[in-house]
Amino acid sequence: MSLFDPVSALLGGALIGLASALLMMATGRIAGISGILGGCLAPAAGDKLWRFAFIAGLVLAPFASGFLGHPLPTPRMPESWAITVIAGLLVGFGSRLGSGCTSGHGVCGIARLSARSIAATAIFMGTAIVVVAIMRHGIGG
Amino acid sequence: MAALASFVCGLIFGLGLVISGMTQPQKVLGFLDIFGRWDPTLALVMAAALIVSGAGFALARQQKQPMLTAQHLWPTRTDVDRSLVVGSVLFGLGWGLAGLCPGPALVNIAGLWPSVIVFVLAMTAGMILKDLWDRRVPSAIIVGEVSLSTSTDG
Repeated sequence: MSLFDPVSALLGGALIGLASALLMMATGRIAGISGILGGCLAPAAGDKLWRFAFIAGLVLAPFASGFLGHPLPTPRMPESWAITVIAGLLVGFGSRLGSGCTSGHGVCGIARLSARSIAATAIFMGTAIVVVAIMRHGIGG
Repeated sequence: MAALASFVCGLIFGLGLVISGMTQPQKVLGFLDIFGRWDPTLALVMAAALIVSGAGFALARQQKQPMLTAQHLWPTRTDVDRSLVVGSVLFGLGWGLAGLCPGPALVNIAGLWPSVIVFVLAMTAGMILKDLWDRRVPSAIIVGEVSLSTSTDG
C-alpha cells in the first residue's frame, strides 16, 4: 500500500490531468479544488451547480475506484486532534488567500506556465518541506 | 449538461487521486520528507498530470468555445502579489502538518473517518473565515467578486 508504485502513480496522475483537461474543454473551468469548494461557500456566486457536481464526483470516486480494484486506503491522519484542526484551518484559509492549491496552481497553473502558479507551488511545497523536516527531524536537523 | 460533465470530471479526478496513492497523507509526507526515506510518488503523479493537462489545455486553446458553455474562463492574473505569497505559505504549513490538501481531503470523506471529517470541517471553516475577512475590508470586496468570475487561479 505505501510501497512506491510508479505505474499507479503515472496512471493516477494521467487521470488527474485528463479530468483537468476535460473540465476546461467541456465547461471552460479550471479544475482547482480549493476554488471550486470555496465558490460553493461564497454567498454571492450564482454558478454553484457545476461546483457541487464536481465535488460530488470527487466524494463518490472511491466507490468507482473500489469497483475497479483500487479500494480507498485508510489515510494516516495526525495523532493530535489539535493538529488536525489547525492544519485544516490553514489549508482552507491559505488556499483561498493564495487563490489555489495543489490542483489549481500545482497542476492546472503550471500546465498553463503561469508565473503566479509556479511561484505559489514553489512556496507551498518549500514551506511544507520545512514543516516536515522540523516535525520529523527536529529544528536544525 | 455542464453539471453532468463536471460530475464526471470530479469522478475521474478523484479516481486519479485514489489510484495514484495521493489520498494517503503518508505518501504525500513521504515526498515532502526530503531528509528521510524519500517517496518520489508525488513527483511522478504531477509529471503525468502536467503532460496530460498541458496537452489538453493546448487543445482547449484551439476551441472557439467550450463544448457546453459560452466561454473559457482562463485565469487572467499574472502578478505575484502579497496574498499569493502569504496564502501559499499558510497553505504549505497546513499541508506539511497533515499531508492533506483539498482534493484528497474531499475524496477521503467517502471513508467516513472522523479525523478526515474534522479536517474537512476545519478546512471549510478556514475558507469561510477567508471570505469573512475579505468582507471586512471594503476594497477587497470588489477584488473578491471580480476574482469569482475569471481571475482565480484554481
